[in-house]
Amino acid sequence: MRLLLSKTGVWIAAAAVILLAPTLFQSGFALSVMGQMGVAIIFALAYNMLLGQGGMLSFGHAVYFGLAGYFSIHYLNLMGEGLVWYFPVSLLPLFGGVVGLFFGVLIGFVSTRRAGTTFAMISLGFSEMATALTLILVAFFNGEEGIQTDRWVGPEPFGITYGPDIQVYYLIGIWCFVAMVAMYALTKTPFGRMSNAVRDNPERAQFVGYNTQRVRWLAFSLSSFFAGLAGALHAINFEHVGFETVGLAQSGFVLFMVFIGGVRHYLGPILGAVLITLLTATLGDLTQAWFLYFGIFFVVMVVFAPGGLAGLIMLHEPVWKTDIRLAQRMILPYMGGLITALIAGFGLIGLIEMIYFVSHKLAGDTDVLLYGFATDVSSIYSWLIYGTIAATGIVLCRKSFPAVRGSWNSAMDDVRERFSA
Amino acid sequence: MNMALELTGVRKNFGRTEIIRGIDLKIPVGECHAIIGPNGAGKSTIYNLISGKYRVTDGRIHLLGHDITNRQPYEINRMGLSRSFQVTNIFPRMSVFENVRCGVLWVKGCKYSFWQFVDRRRDVQERTAEILASIGLSAKADIPAELLPYADQRALEVGITIACGAQVVLLDEPTSGMSHSETERMVDLIRTISAGRTVVVVEHDMGVVFDLAERISVLVYGEIIASDTPDKIRGNPKVREAYLGSDN
Repeated sequence: MRLLLSKTGVWIAAAAVILLAPTLFQSGFALSVMGQMGVAIIFALAYNMLLGQGGMLSFGHAVYFGLAGYFSIHYLNLMGEGLVWYFPVSLLPLFGGVVGLFFGVLIGFVSTRRAGTTFAMISLGFSEMATALTLILVAFFNGEEGIQTDRWVGPEPFGITYGPDIQVYYLIGIWCFVAMVAMYALTKTPFGRMSNAVRDNPERAQFVGYNTQRVRWLAFSLSSFFAGLAGALHAINFEHVGFETVGLAQSGFVLFMVFIGGVRHYLGPILGAVLITLLTATLGDLTQAWFLYFGIFFVVMVVFAPGGLAGLIMLHEPVWKTDIRLAQRMILPYMGGLITALIAGFGLIGLIEMIYFVSHKLAGDTDVLLYGFATDVSSIYSWLIYGTIAATGIVLCRKSFPAVRGSWNSAMDDVRERFSA
Repeated sequence: MNMALELTGVRKNFGRTEIIRGIDLKIPVGECHAIIGPNGAGKSTIYNLISGKYRVTDGRIHLLGHDITNRQPYEINRMGLSRSFQVTNIFPRMSVFENVRCGVLWVKGCKYSFWQFVDRRRDVQERTAEILASIGLSAKADIPAELLPYADQRALEVGITIACGAQVVLLDEPTSGMSHSETERMVDLIRTISAGRTVVVVEHDMGVVFDLAERISVLVYGEIIASDTPDKIRGNPKVREAYLGSDN
């Protein structure tokens, strides 16, 4: 417990953010997005128990998320009809967790017998099987339509009905906080440490007495529990579960969030979940090509920052731990890097939007709205302007990025000097 | 006499190629035993057979009186045998302290528990600190293992190997690639850990072998051609011809 308390400040801050966020962002849209963020954070952290902590790349973790969603929604509906015992909706995520755990134990027994590529392929197979089942077992999954529910069932303790969105937000927020603390605590247990050990060197782990398959199976099962918990919250939040929740796209999406955020740090999946949920909710209104930008963003991150956003932040840990004043000399180069990247991005986005418009335009329509300005795609000047901005930005980036790296290297040299002094 | 390790008619084939051709070897409890032989003789293969990494084609292996033939490595480890590897085999991303602690966890009964904090297990922390002190790495406890100098990584591997409380320890070329002073430090370390344990060493450095071993077995083309005290091995004409060279 002392170990958890040593992070008290961080946890209090997290609790405060969850508690106070609705007072800052009060619109229904904001509440909905923040609720989705909470669900995404739990799911991403659960997924990172596999990928980041256990070294297992899964393409099918949405199976446990989605199945828990289906079971939870069925339970809600049965409760509504008075056919099953009453179970508080506030605790329904626990039920979802148990469903996730059940399927995790079952499927994990098979899939965790192998690690690496074989594990990834088995997970892919189960993902496809689950998607197929949702469309075949119509009686349970209701095909492509999915299942709807009404979360307003049973008694209303303290006036909690889960009718208003704010109540659902706090339900998700509380569970998100509990899950974050619980999953962090797990990393500090013998199981958590050996999960890392099996990830890093399974052979050595065997020769200190650990059955590596058992460690992977346990990690898989516990991760499925939290994925199930997230799935139940997702079902309560949307009052609907469809076949896409168990599918490959959903599994890919959580992988995407975790990788963008960073697999090597506990904060990574949280950052990834928040950012990607926010982008998903907002980009769709701004551009039709948002999925393309996601792809580009993913590729750029994998190539230039494989440690994700958390990795980028943690690269600077020695600076703030040694002497924050070292950061002063980094400000200008970093600003230069940011501005040149924005110029390049500005030009490239303009070009992409024009290309997208040309390939989808209606006959006779030549004006696309770019950055608030109507831009004529039939004019060569439009292409030249954005092409020139993009090219200039890229050329400037080739100058500014080495300066960013140079300033970081110089700061690290200073850190090393201070250590050796 | 109680035997720590007993190999009876052990054979290992890879396809049609016979790598280990019927080995009989008895190593008493508490002995420091060396296995020597030219490259490709099958020394590491024997380690892999004993420790469960490879399955034997024929024969039986007993550890402290228990049959461990074709058992899983983790089962053999729990029964009292631990090993190091020819190529340094540690947990590179973990700290030096955590590396050794991983070795301590099972033997201290932590098993797969996910309901207790490992930092709160005083017995685990103390045992880890003791082992770190015995291998001379206490001052580097917090450094990521991958950043250690080579000789320290080899010492760390020995630390992980003894951390799990094994009574029988197999060391695979513990001094390979080391300078003279580093080798001396490793020999001292092996001497320290061999107190109260059975230690088997595969080694190419004959100085180390004759310095450490109470008995030596000579392996040539998958067969043990001699197993005796260092003095007798030195005088054995078959060994001189097959391995040490007739001029030695």
